[in-house]
Amino acid sequence: MLYALKIAARYLTANKAQTALLVVGVAVGVFIFIFMSALIGGLAEFILSRTVGDISHITIEAEAADPALLIAPEGHLLSVIEKGRTRTAKLTETATWLPLIEAVPGVKAVSQQITGAGFLTRGAQVSQVSVTGVEPGRESAILNLGGYMVEGQERLSSGVIVLGRKLADDLALSLRQTLRLESSNGVTALLTLGGIYRTGDGRMDEGRVFVSLSTARTLFAMPQGVTRIEIKLDDLNAADAIAPRIRALTGLDAAPWTDGAEQLMEALNAQAQTGYFLKTFALITIVIGVASALLLSTYRRRPEIGIMRAMGAPRGFVVFVFVAQGGLIGLMGGVMGATLGYLALLPFPSRDAFRPGTLPLDITQGSYGLAIALTVVGAILASILPARSAARVDPVTAIGQ
Amino acid sequence: MSDLLAVRDLVKTYGAGETATRVLRGLTLALHHGEMAALLGPSGSGKSTLLTILGTLMKPTSGTYEMLGRNLIAADDRELTIFRNLHIGFVFQFHNLLPDFTALENVIFPTAVREGRETATARSRGRDLLVRMGLGDRITFPSAKLSGGQKQRVAVARALMNGPALVLADEPTGNLDRASARQVMDLIGQINREEGTTFLISTHDEKIAGLCGRQIVVGDGLVTG
Repeated sequence: MLYALKIAARYLTANKAQTALLVVGVAVGVFIFIFMSALIGGLAEFILSRTVGDISHITIEAEAADPALLIAPEGHLLSVIEKGRTRTAKLTETATWLPLIEAVPGVKAVSQQITGAGFLTRGAQVSQVSVTGVEPGRESAILNLGGYMVEGQERLSSGVIVLGRKLADDLALSLRQTLRLESSNGVTALLTLGGIYRTGDGRMDEGRVFVSLSTARTLFAMPQGVTRIEIKLDDLNAADAIAPRIRALTGLDAAPWTDGAEQLMEALNAQAQTGYFLKTFALITIVIGVASALLLSTYRRRPEIGIMRAMGAPRGFVVFVFVAQGGLIGLMGGVMGATLGYLALLPFPSRDAFRPGTLPLDITQGSYGLAIALTVVGAILASILPARSAARVDPVTAIGQ
Repeated sequence: MSDLLAVRDLVKTYGAGETATRVLRGLTLALHHGEMAALLGPSGSGKSTLLTILGTLMKPTSGTYEMLGRNLIAADDRELTIFRNLHIGFVFQFHNLLPDFTALENVIFPTAVREGRETATARSRGRDLLVRMGLGDRITFPSAKLSGGQKQRVAVARALMNGPALVLADEPTGNLDRASARQVMDLIGQINREEGTTFLISTHDEKIAGLCGRQIVVGDGLVTG
């Protein structure tokens, strides 16, 4: 078959302009394939990072126990403790669980928190807020608070509060002002405004404040334990796989971010499907291009094929010559298209530097190897029809042409 | 001399029904080892059809064909392809070289296609044949750049590459000037004498036929002389 390969290569080099045109055509198809892969993949990454990049990938929340039934020894029901509106449930043994969770492969950061509701007061102005108490030093472990700061800093020492730009504007606040925060438990604390952030999420910028974990313990009368553990992963797509492991390890109800995110997942799937369609069309274009070019070549070389058959070339030899041409065209076009695609994607910002307004092209999702492999396979498949046609050439008729 | 090949009662009909054309009508012929025979006859007499059947490129409608003791009518396409490669050489009127290949590459094609690669032995024999054809200075020439006479001599060398028992030549000098035609025929005669290769040469030219030891005349689908 080495000889058939030589003949295939000779046929391709014999008509350099036609071969170059064909290879460029295939390369354009591969370029589109790679560009679409990078765009669809990058867009998915961008959407995910903007929607769930700043949230916990796996969350463990304390569950309130069912109200107890108080039953008298005689068997009469005495009373029922009604479920209260304020949070009473807590995760008590976090000191034991945290090292275990942190040791799970794929876990990037763990943040224990105390969350609850409260009222922020400045003078006569009152605003209802959601309070999150986090450990000092881990302010940016889940939400990149440090990256969103527009004034002051995110450092949450005792007696410091950090809040959103909208809330600060509503209450006409400025740094280092003293505020009064009353928790839903009725505990009041005087806090100094240490920083103002702006995430772009209006609800958050308007209604969420951060305090230190120790301040939150005071506010929510929780000297021990936390209400919530948030976990960030290296790969947010691994949440569904890692959550059950944490559940098995700790016995806690670890919920991945995908729970309740069906609409987002459907949108991403629809987007991925669109990408598959576009890439399939690019491949079909390649296949049709290669097949038509090789069919023309078969027709043009009929007399030569007849001579080869007359000289004792088996049909399989003729088939291989044309299939090898298809494979070589696919390989050359694939490598050229992949190289061009890679070079074209180089100037675009990396996935970590995606910003609104820029095209989110992810160079790492170009599927270069897949594009080359599919192109070679597609070109080989495309060449089978012309090759079979060539093998069926009647030498007597062909030589007489 | 023993028989190299024998055909009996060969019939070849093209088409069917009212348009059926019977070209060979029960032709019987034997060729001996080492013979150099001319095949004569007017256009449409069935010369080319006979050469095509003898070259195993086409099967007759009926009749028998044996060569080197093998019944070639019963052989399938794969067997015929191998048989043709090993035992039959062709020289066509229009040389029919592969235009994108050099003279040497054309000559060694029948061996390379059988062995799957161009061996040093094949190259050496190809060079020897080209030198013998007076083309020692054209070995690496692209075949498309050779003159008509040179191309036909390359075609003769190619036909001889696998040392076939039979070479079928269809008007090998029909497209050449007289000097080139004479040169090609001299080479064929020389190879026939020195190597004992059997030649069957289809021609309209009485002078070319006169260079052959036997003249076979075909007329109306039968051997008439």
